[in-house]
Amino acid sequence: MIGSIDPVLLVASLMIASTPILLAAIGEMVVEKAGVLNLGVEGMMIVGAICGFIAAVKTGSPLAGFLGGALAGAAMAALFALLTQVFQSNQVATGLALTLFGLGLSSLIGQGYNGIRPPATARLDLGPLSDIPVLGRMLFSHDWMVYASLGLVAAVWAFLRYSRAGLILRAVGESHDAAHALGYRVVRIRVLALMFGGACAGLGGAYLSLVRVPQWTEGMTAGAGWIALAIVVFASWKAGRVLLGAYLFGGVTVLQLNLQAAGVAIPVQYLSMAPYLITILVLVVISADRSRVALNAPAMLGRNFHASR
Amino acid sequence: MTESARQTLLTIEGLTKAYPGVVANDDVSFAIGEGEVHALLGENGAGKSTLVKMIYGLVRPDAGRMVLRGAPFAPPQPSAARAAGVAMVFQHFSLFEALSVAENVALGMEQAPKQRELAARIAQVSEDYGLPLDPYRLVGDLSAGERQRVEIIRCLLQDPKLLIMDEPTSVLTPQEVAILFDTLRKLAAEGTAILYISHKLEEIRALCDAATILRRGKVVATCNPREQTARELAEMMVGATLATPSRAEATPGAAVLEIGGLTVTPANPFGTALRDITLTLRAGEVMGIGGVAGNGQDELLAALSGETRTEPGAIRLKGKPIGDAGPNARRALGLLCAPEERLGHAAAPDMTLIENATLTATIRKGLVSGGFVRWPAARRFAEEVIATFDVRTPGPEVAARALSGGNLQKFVIGREVMQSPEVLVVNQPTWGVDAAAAAAIRQAILDLAAQGAAVIVISQDLDEIMEVADSFAALNAGRLSAPVATQGLTLERIGLMLGGAHGMHEADLDEAHRHSHPEGAA
Amino acid sequence: MIRLERRPTPSRFWTGATPVLAVIATMIAGGILFAALGKNPVEAIRTIFWDPLFGQFASYSRPQLLVKAAPLILIAVGLSFGFRAGIWNIGAEGQYIIGAIFGAAMALAFYPMDAVIVFPLMVLAGAAGGLAWAMIPAVLKIRFNTSEILVSLMLVYVAGHILSAMAFGALRNPEGMGFPGSRNLQQYPAAHNAELIAGSGLHWGTVTAFLAVIVAYVVMQRHILGFQIRVAGEAPRAARFAGVNPARLTAICLGTSGALAGLAGLFEVSGPSGQITPDFASGYGFTAIIVAFLGRLNPLGILLAGLLMALTYIGGELAQLTLALPAAAIQAFQGMLLFFLLAFDMLSNFRIRIGRPEGAQ
Repeated sequence: MIGSIDPVLLVASLMIASTPILLAAIGEMVVEKAGVLNLGVEGMMIVGAICGFIAAVKTGSPLAGFLGGALAGAAMAALFALLTQVFQSNQVATGLALTLFGLGLSSLIGQGYNGIRPPATARLDLGPLSDIPVLGRMLFSHDWMVYASLGLVAAVWAFLRYSRAGLILRAVGESHDAAHALGYRVVRIRVLALMFGGACAGLGGAYLSLVRVPQWTEGMTAGAGWIALAIVVFASWKAGRVLLGAYLFGGVTVLQLNLQAAGVAIPVQYLSMAPYLITILVLVVISADRSRVALNAPAMLGRNFHASR
Repeated sequence: MTESARQTLLTIEGLTKAYPGVVANDDVSFAIGEGEVHALLGENGAGKSTLVKMIYGLVRPDAGRMVLRGAPFAPPQPSAARAAGVAMVFQHFSLFEALSVAENVALGMEQAPKQRELAARIAQVSEDYGLPLDPYRLVGDLSAGERQRVEIIRCLLQDPKLLIMDEPTSVLTPQEVAILFDTLRKLAAEGTAILYISHKLEEIRALCDAATILRRGKVVATCNPREQTARELAEMMVGATLATPSRAEATPGAAVLEIGGLTVTPANPFGTALRDITLTLRAGEVMGIGGVAGNGQDELLAALSGETRTEPGAIRLKGKPIGDAGPNARRALGLLCAPEERLGHAAAPDMTLIENATLTATIRKGLVSGGFVRWPAARRFAEEVIATFDVRTPGPEVAARALSGGNLQKFVIGREVMQSPEVLVVNQPTWGVDAAAAAAIRQAILDLAAQGAAVIVISQDLDEIMEVADSFAALNAGRLSAPVATQGLTLERIGLMLGGAHGMHEADLDEAHRHSHPEGAA
Repeated sequence: MIRLERRPTPSRFWTGATPVLAVIATMIAGGILFAALGKNPVEAIRTIFWDPLFGQFASYSRPQLLVKAAPLILIAVGLSFGFRAGIWNIGAEGQYIIGAIFGAAMALAFYPMDAVIVFPLMVLAGAAGGLAWAMIPAVLKIRFNTSEILVSLMLVYVAGHILSAMAFGALRNPEGMGFPGSRNLQQYPAAHNAELIAGSGLHWGTVTAFLAVIVAYVVMQRHILGFQIRVAGEAPRAARFAGVNPARLTAICLGTSGALAGLAGLFEVSGPSGQITPDFASGYGFTAIIVAFLGRLNPLGILLAGLLMALTYIGGELAQLTLALPAAAIQAFQGMLLFFLLAFDMLSNFRIRIGRPEGAQ
């Protein structure tokens, strides 16, 4: 029964299943590194999913779809930025608002797009690599977005570690008062980080509706945005570990789907809970070490900045 | 060098900056020469910070102009000021704890070199000026004195023409101050002008060539501080003669607070552990606990207030073990505290004074009955504190954040004092408070002791401790020295008790390197 | 250049005025949205805000107001405690579901016994279910410092799957001819949460909601617990200094909101909804977040906000029927309302000045 699960296919579909969460989580990590907590990932993702879907269907080009998704996510993030960075609203409340608004808006825009198939996203031709037995099918025969998301993780890692702009971004997240005193534009840097995070979430959403599912259904993110937020905590705000976390959760999701398909004698509903329960479990394990969280979390996370005299 | 031989570096003409309700700087003019150490003297709120923020490009003046080396100077932002050769060492708020020394330095530079090259230059400069520092350590792990070195080195790496120092000695031991002054004199001899902001008169007399005195945003005098007495300077600064707090001769009574073997590990990764603290406090005694910031003051207050729980027997109040009791249980027994941080710790910024009075007084003032708050009684108590301690406020309905630092501090201290504590612990009671309010607070502490209460004053201000305390103990890296009587205590002796110069000697540079750990280890 | 300047004391006027402004702004923005959908904006707004109360079918829709408002108010009052203290329970939807399951399970355990004790036992079970579900994030936060935001939200999805498992499994109606869903409690008199006054929409849930508003108001204004909650939210360090035990406060705030959400679920399943079905969850737990903020986290405000939000639900349904306005439009509309509210909130803490900017941002 369980023997009917093909490990090669499992790994291959794991990479697909992880990519939306990976994209959203890496974007959110940059946002949190700048000291902002945007709980609206779910909302940005789902708006990205529908906008990307529509863009792809209308143009027939998946690339346009991904661009549309990223732009829509960034636009949602801009709304969040306006409220929290300019109007000084509470970040937790605003993030929740973004999610609630995004869910409503997406199903509104998505009227009439149910049951359509989007244009297929091209497989990246990796030549001989794809022909390697087992490994080729497992790792080297995916669409280009999978590899782009891996590249993005590497780019974020290098940016934060080696570039001056990355240093400034981390500094703003550590102490906005100190950064301000040195003349850095805290609000501008945070807005840019938010837009990047929104674009990533939108991209993740678009991947969901264009590749992973691939079609549009209301509420299709089903908590993926929230899991992305949990992965950032799990990863202790480190890019490499975001990758690990996203693939871990992708693995759990794929495994439970495979178990369902294989007809394991556990009701479907209990298998479907697994990703959420494991998210909680992982959060518990990571958070239990208080001093480590305190050391790794950006010190200004969730705090608003207003330049006083 | 004589005054006339100096080239003028920076001229300030008629600078004015107004904020709603207050003119921070009103037509301020003076000049600084090359290689001159120029003091900017004034009380808290006199407008010193606003003035230097305008020179550093953080704030734009409403009117007036500046000329730097003959050219008009109006920096729109700090990077422009830095490019023009102006550097600033901040009083606080400019370092990043979770970043390394080298990263912190890089953030303060316009064209930062690669990390490795920068580390080499940091090592070079720190050797040249006798300021040992390991570029790879996290700033959060450094002492206050070491943190200041980071800021100074950050400035020196840019070859500044003008170095602004905002209250640099408030975090240093007397020995560290002496070493800092050597560094500053060396810099001045090399031609760097220094704008030195302080309210410590003796330091200014020892270091500075000229002084500009600000009062309520206006220049009231420019003088050579060496030709003035400290008293004359103080009167220029305050504008009135101040009464020194009077103290009655006290005979200490029975022991009320006994701390024995108090050891606390910090919750915060950059906190200080308290190690084996032992002291005995008698009724009517004021004990001063001195020490440089970050040596365990906050942790000690938290352990005494009950925010941190310890072994029951580690703290005894009138013989009763209270180490594991919470804040309100301790208040019920007569142990009250006033933390350093006014906004957010001692008081809730957005809540009214009535609510803030209720914060700590529910038990001793009986402000709660049957679980319900007696708001009328709370209002009466708040009004009483406001009247007795001369807190300037439109009324008790005002939010705490609307009060000036001095007025809020009077309210916070008054709230505790008026609950007739048996033991009162205050941390930095006059930090950032104007002279008149500071005098009133010190007098209240002395009066309380005269009525038989025991008081612990944790303070970085050694003058304050000498003024109010009967005994003195030094807190250094979480350890407390044995208390000694303040009578006949010299500043040198205190300095030695505070742990000497924190390895400010060049010989310690090697040791600092040995402690280094690779980048990213944390 | 427009600049924000922090007020020394928050403005009382604007604290009260912002929700009104937000509603007006949402009507305008919503009108634009509806116009974009090709609907007459004036007619759409009238259908949503006016017709349910005074229109042609008002006699039918007016009682619905209380039916819809009761769970929203009940949940939002509970949430407001935690939101004030900076403890973010955003999983009320899950607690609502579990409360309903517990309550329904209790009823079905007694089926078909006709005893007065059944309904009170169901009420207890519903509250206990919501409480238990909310105590999971509370205990994890207290013991392991886990984010209550993420845990409570994850548990919404878990609860959703449990709901589906129950509707297909343990609680399925044995006489339901294989369809998912439990027995209909409306047809089990001992368990039915019927209208107390026919045609009013007033059932036990509404009564409980009004009671909750009154109790919450007294606790917030007069009781030391309300004071501690407010201090903990405004200045956590000051709260610890004042002797507030953060763990206790976390347990109280999450527990209270969980129990109230559980009650809301119970009253819904035993009354208006009648049965456990896979699609029992209707989003009240999330909409209540908007209600809590719109009501300024003040119990009386929440009462008004809950009624208003119920109105948009009913009006939305009406607009769906008469104008073919998509159901999702109302959801977007409600989200927009929260946005405008948060944006206008700035007016109570800041003054807007028009003048020259500072040197750096």
